[in-house]
Amino acid sequence: MSELGIQQEELQELQRRLTILKIGLCLLMGLLALRLWYLQVREGIYYRDLSQTNRTRAVILEPARGLIYDRNGILLANNVPSFNLYITPEDVKDREALITRLTELIGLDGAVVRKKLAQAGSKLMPRNVKGGLSLRQAALIESHRLDLPGVVIRAESQRNYVHGQEAAHLLGYVGEVSPEQLDRDESQELHQGSIVGQDGAERAYDRFLRGRAGQKVVEVHARGHEIRTVSVKKPEAGDDLYLTIDVRLQKLAEDLLGEEAGAIIALDPTTGEILALASRPVFDPNRLSREMTPKQWEEIVQNEGHPLTNRATQGQYPPGSTFKIVMAAAALETKTVDPSTKVRCTGGFQFGRRLYRDWKAGGHGLMDVNQAIVDSCDVFFYTMGRLMGIETIAAFAGQFGLGHETGIDLPFERIGIVPSPAWKQKARGEVWLPGETISASIGQGYVTVTPIQMAHLIGTVANHGVSFRPRLLRAVVERATGRLQELPAVPRGRLEVKPETLALLRDALAGVVTKGTAQRAKSSFVAIAGKTGTAQASALRPGPGELLPKKLRDHAWFVSYAPADKPRIAVAVLVEHMGHGGSAAAPLAKQLIETFVKLAPREPLIADPETPALSPTVALALPERHD
Amino acid sequence: MIERILDVRLIDNFEWRYLGVIAAILALGVLSIYSITHSVQAGRLPLYARQMVWILFGCAAFAVMLVADYHKIARLAYPLYGIVLVLLVVVLIVGKASRGAQRWIPIGPFAFQPSEFAKLVLVLVLACYYAKAPREGWIQRLVLPALIMAPGLLLILKQPDLGSGLSFLAIYSAMVLVAGVRSKAAGILLLSSLMLFPFAWEALWGSLHDYQRERIMTFVNPAYDQGGKGYHGLQSRIAIGSGELVGKGLYGGTQSQLKFLPEGHTDFVFAVFAEEWGFLGVLGLLALFFGLIMLSMEIAYKAKDVLGALLAAGVIAMIGFSIVVNIGMTAGIFPIVGIPLPLMSYGGSAIVATMAALGLLLNIKRRRLTLFY
Repeated sequence: MSELGIQQEELQELQRRLTILKIGLCLLMGLLALRLWYLQVREGIYYRDLSQTNRTRAVILEPARGLIYDRNGILLANNVPSFNLYITPEDVKDREALITRLTELIGLDGAVVRKKLAQAGSKLMPRNVKGGLSLRQAALIESHRLDLPGVVIRAESQRNYVHGQEAAHLLGYVGEVSPEQLDRDESQELHQGSIVGQDGAERAYDRFLRGRAGQKVVEVHARGHEIRTVSVKKPEAGDDLYLTIDVRLQKLAEDLLGEEAGAIIALDPTTGEILALASRPVFDPNRLSREMTPKQWEEIVQNEGHPLTNRATQGQYPPGSTFKIVMAAAALETKTVDPSTKVRCTGGFQFGRRLYRDWKAGGHGLMDVNQAIVDSCDVFFYTMGRLMGIETIAAFAGQFGLGHETGIDLPFERIGIVPSPAWKQKARGEVWLPGETISASIGQGYVTVTPIQMAHLIGTVANHGVSFRPRLLRAVVERATGRLQELPAVPRGRLEVKPETLALLRDALAGVVTKGTAQRAKSSFVAIAGKTGTAQASALRPGPGELLPKKLRDHAWFVSYAPADKPRIAVAVLVEHMGHGGSAAAPLAKQLIETFVKLAPREPLIADPETPALSPTVALALPERHD
Repeated sequence: MIERILDVRLIDNFEWRYLGVIAAILALGVLSIYSITHSVQAGRLPLYARQMVWILFGCAAFAVMLVADYHKIARLAYPLYGIVLVLLVVVLIVGKASRGAQRWIPIGPFAFQPSEFAKLVLVLVLACYYAKAPREGWIQRLVLPALIMAPGLLLILKQPDLGSGLSFLAIYSAMVLVAGVRSKAAGILLLSSLMLFPFAWEALWGSLHDYQRERIMTFVNPAYDQGGKGYHGLQSRIAIGSGELVGKGLYGGTQSQLKFLPEGHTDFVFAVFAEEWGFLGVLGLLALFFGLIMLSMEIAYKAKDVLGALLAAGVIAMIGFSIVVNIGMTAGIFPIVGIPLPLMSYGGSAIVATMAALGLLLNIKRRRLTLFY
């Protein structure tokens, strides 16, 4: 038989067998039709009655949000019970009468209620109309609930920040999910009314903290009150977080800033762990996480101090003389100078028709690069800038992480500006002027940086050029399993700078504190190294004996690390409008560093499995929890 | 060749019916999705509009599968299967961050569900295998194809996606049936499966996730209702039953409109349709599905070669199984396993994969006249 013949024979057999498949499918379709006839025609009336009296309803059970601890297991954020008032539109018979009654009873704002009830979505979905009722108000509503169809009081958990405003920017706050957030939600875990992190770690790690909602099926009577629970699927609480911060340092950093606007960051340069991150002025996360009226929001948003801005990651300031670290590295690496090259400082630098002044009238005299850092000589770096040009400066600034995100795990990080001719053309449509290079050489002009960038920069110098991504999250305790998962340091790379250059820089930075501009940061028991900066906030200079209005005064910078020979902490301090870095910023860094050293040994307890205080099982049983 | 295939004048009476049935089912699906989601969530692109976008993608897939010679498509079967296996592994890895079942790979704003495409690729692979396999021997006819299927099946069950896993088994069984096992081999299969059943059941039951066991238990015994899963089945039956003979009219379905019915736009779209259109509407829809299966059968019967017939049989098994199991589960005669209703349930991956399969069928039909060239 030919090949084709075999094919044909096989095909014929296939066709016979296809008939079996066909008959099978026909039978199944017939079975379906029969079943549907049974449901819809034979039992149709029964099911119609069921559908008309269908009073079972699925209620979402909100999960308890994960708790947040500091590196030593000190509780930062938990959940406390709160009475919330819900209205289910479907069950409301007479809306206006209900609003009037509620206004009489607990003084609700009618306009707010109307707006909430008009929100899009299923009419069966209860709307959270007012949160944080007092026990008395809740009792009042409960005792009148028969006149208030559709109204339900639920005891739910409310986010609570144990230390109030402390670490507010770092923790963030929570709030009801916005329509845009719902839209972007790929996890499908969110629903209207879900509480999600809106800023800070709450937002960055929302996926750990939020947990999973449960569901309760209840039978309700005609007025919407629950009669009987049909079934319950329990919500799953979110995972707990251990942050890298040490609450003692955090508190100190915030106290050091006091009433002044500014930011302080302390991090471990060998791992990138943030030990403290303070920003002032601050907001009250407890207030923001509760019901806010539009007016209260407006107050906060329009506040001149911009309390919602995290100055540590979003404040962009000229780096001032702290930028000289980058300049010195660039000058040495490009061989523009060698360590012994000297430049004469006469108190000013003539370029074109303009005289660029040194901060020290009369000048510093003969300066090598080390001495220029120690005394923060402007003329030396004007000269370097003139010799190297803006492109080289920009390349080195980029290498030190300026103009880039540090990658810190906080939302909305800003990146500052590392100016270049291309940048200026793009951003302003103007040509770069040679004089602007001179300003940039001392961290003025267009250059701006964020405090976190500077903390990261000085940390990288401290850590011999090896840098890590700044991070806030140290460990996650998975709620379902109780498993504690520590997060590793994330290396970001290494400066392409010769070891001799770094050694010279570090030597000079130590000199800044021992004999230079930051002698007020000198400690009796720990060697601190650092660089001061005084960043012009405006071009105005005070006349003799005159004092500028505060909002035009200079910003004070101090970036530092300690101990100078074997750094374990890097600190960046920025205080807005407080003048000289040496006097306004350096003492704050010193206090923070001294406290850090005194607190040693500071190895976090959670790293030690022998320590029972924070083993996962015990952590799970902490009493602050409200599941 | 391509011009000839896309030439509208060449569409004969049979093909008009085939395309008409597909278009009608798609339209009813969009209508049902519109009916239950039109009132919610201003701001997002509404689901019915998204579904229409998916259908456009589906048309493109249909066209692609139509124009290329199916012998060429079949030649790609094994590489495609390899890609699908990789994607199924990716799903497991990417899905690690989220708890519970993870079936989707996020790509920008979309989510891609590889298991839907895996079914079609399994059809390709098995058809390809049988077209060239020796005609005798139960190892070659039965065991080897099972081994080919196994990695995909295991990866899908690992997700876990019980519905797609069952589809895999159904496609395999149907193709074994059609491709033919000589009676002796079939006897061995029957006997050994009977003997192995207790062990297999133990292994299968043990590998199921809690929620899957719950679903099966609520099916066997509706009073077993720990997680409220029986609630869904009951609500679905109430929705269908209360539609009675003529239905409650478009938007009139209280069960679905008031959200008693979960997943009204995806797995339970049939219940929405049945509530609003009644038994008469349901008969019409069943007739459309039946028509689609019968037209596909005709293509299978008239296929010019073994490969074509097997491909057609596999596609019929894949689509037929989904139709029967989906409607069966909404009507409460099968467990709720999470299989979409072909061409009607909301979901891009399923729509595109199904339309690609239907394009392949038409391809087989079109080429039966050009047997030797």
